[in-house]
Amino acid sequence: MIGQISKKRKMYICFMNIIMIVSVGVTCALVLFLISYVLIKGIPNITWNFIATKPSYLTGNIGILPDILNTITIIITTLFFALHLGVGAAIYLNEYAQNKKIVAMIEYASETLSGIPSIIYGLVGMLFFCQFLNMKTSLLAGAMTLVIMNLPTIMRTAQESLKTVPQSYREGAFGLGAGKWRVIHTVVLPECIDGIVTGCMLSIGRILGESAALLFTAGFAHTLHGFFTGLTSSGATLTVALYVYAKEQGEFEVAFAIAAILMILTLIINLLANWISYRLKRRIAE
Amino acid sequence: MNLRAKKVEIVVHGIFLILGLITVCAVILISFYLLIAGIPAIKKIGLIPFLLGKQWSSTEMNPQYGILPFILTSIYGTTGALVIGAPIGFLTAVYLAKVASDPIKKIMNSAVGLLAGIPSVVYGLVGMIVLVPTIRVGFHQSDGANLLAAIIVLSVMVLPSIIKVSINALEAVPKEYEEGSLALGATPMETYFKVSIPCAKSGIAASIVLGVGRAIGEAMAVIMVSGNVPNMPSLFTSVRFLTTAVSSEMSYATAGSLHQQALFSIALVLFFFILFINALLNICLKQKKAR
Repeated sequence: MIGQISKKRKMYICFMNIIMIVSVGVTCALVLFLISYVLIKGIPNITWNFIATKPSYLTGNIGILPDILNTITIIITTLFFALHLGVGAAIYLNEYAQNKKIVAMIEYASETLSGIPSIIYGLVGMLFFCQFLNMKTSLLAGAMTLVIMNLPTIMRTAQESLKTVPQSYREGAFGLGAGKWRVIHTVVLPECIDGIVTGCMLSIGRILGESAALLFTAGFAHTLHGFFTGLTSSGATLTVALYVYAKEQGEFEVAFAIAAILMILTLIINLLANWISYRLKRRIAE
Repeated sequence: MNLRAKKVEIVVHGIFLILGLITVCAVILISFYLLIAGIPAIKKIGLIPFLLGKQWSSTEMNPQYGILPFILTSIYGTTGALVIGAPIGFLTAVYLAKVASDPIKKIMNSAVGLLAGIPSVVYGLVGMIVLVPTIRVGFHQSDGANLLAAIIVLSVMVLPSIIKVSINALEAVPKEYEEGSLALGATPMETYFKVSIPCAKSGIAASIVLGVGRAIGEAMAVIMVSGNVPNMPSLFTSVRFLTTAVSSEMSYATAGSLHQQALFSIALVLFFFILFINALLNICLKQKKAR
């Protein structure tokens, strides 16, 4: 068939093919370059001493244990609140809401939230949580800021998986005489656990990568704390530490080591999220 | 149902309603705080001198607070990033949605997911170490940290959102349209570019607007590669964006001073940009729905 078309059309097809393949090649090359460059530059600098100690100006030691713990603290705290609020909001939208205006308003608000840049979250978090609610510059204030930031993500994924629960399950449970709340927490929620976990994964990825919102809310400190004392004191997460080491202190080896750790974590989270959504899709297909 | 169970239902309904309204409260809270914090400085400086002033020197004896350099830098930077990023992202999306075989599609999808997941400081770091020296040597500049470096980093960072949303839009094009075009004798490639793409254009437009939002709001990657000096923008000068103006001076601005208030006003300007972009995005999506 191709043989019968005019030369001009052949040229067009050929040209389009070339620019398309070049674009895909550029995208591929970028991904490969970024991953390999960061890993090659970073992994040699990761030592046990680097991961498991805290930094000290006296001995000149650089360790990122406090930053790792801060990151974990922030992830746990943020998810704890964002999960309850986000899944609750999704349940309201999908199961309870009858007033279309309220639904439209909530959905519009969540779209607006997901478009706001993190630096603005950081500023408002600083004004509201740190100053107005008097939390000072602390991990808790940082986590609260991130809760608002991650609400739309968790809400949307939870809502999507709530929609996949067949209506007949609900009707069956209602038919047996269960109240609405009972139906939701014994029948509907267990069915959409995959979607909620996917939302969590996406949020963890976002929290790991977040820095602008945390600069003014959680601060830069590198001291070791327990979980609850840590919440009320200031501390840097891995990304903030990377920024401080690279930009303010010029310690590029340390920065690349942290970048490599972040890159590996991002890879793991992406693979997990893909695997879960693959399982979800297969279940829907069944 | 007995009375007690009914009461429980009403309470639970109320709780969920409150949870649902939290996002709305958050939006109101953010707008409220930005307005409260941002308006005083604009009042003191004056709207026109603030927005159109070409001089930003916050730490001098007679401080000047004009943010035109930041606004222009943000606009130029975003435009530049899209000029480079949008065609690459768009063509990649066409390839992945229409031409690619299943395994390639799967691999590329996770690659794009990874690109989206890489923290922005990592982009900044790689830009700082690789891109900035390359630009300095390649273009014979005294400093490679300039608008061009920021544009290149941003163009990589907008790729994932453009690719993902465009793929969704292209995959939603009804099969019948393409089959009709093929049956009329168009080759597959002509079908993709002359039937599928015009069909998916509102979705593709939405992807580009999303990219604009991401580029204009990016702070940390840009602060690391753009040199962070409040110059009027041109390709080879060190520049400062709206976002980086806020993040670089916030930590040392005295609380309650005009300087700090002016920084909040910059955030307010940025917020208006974002609201405008969101409105655009909604228009694109509504058109898509109307189809």
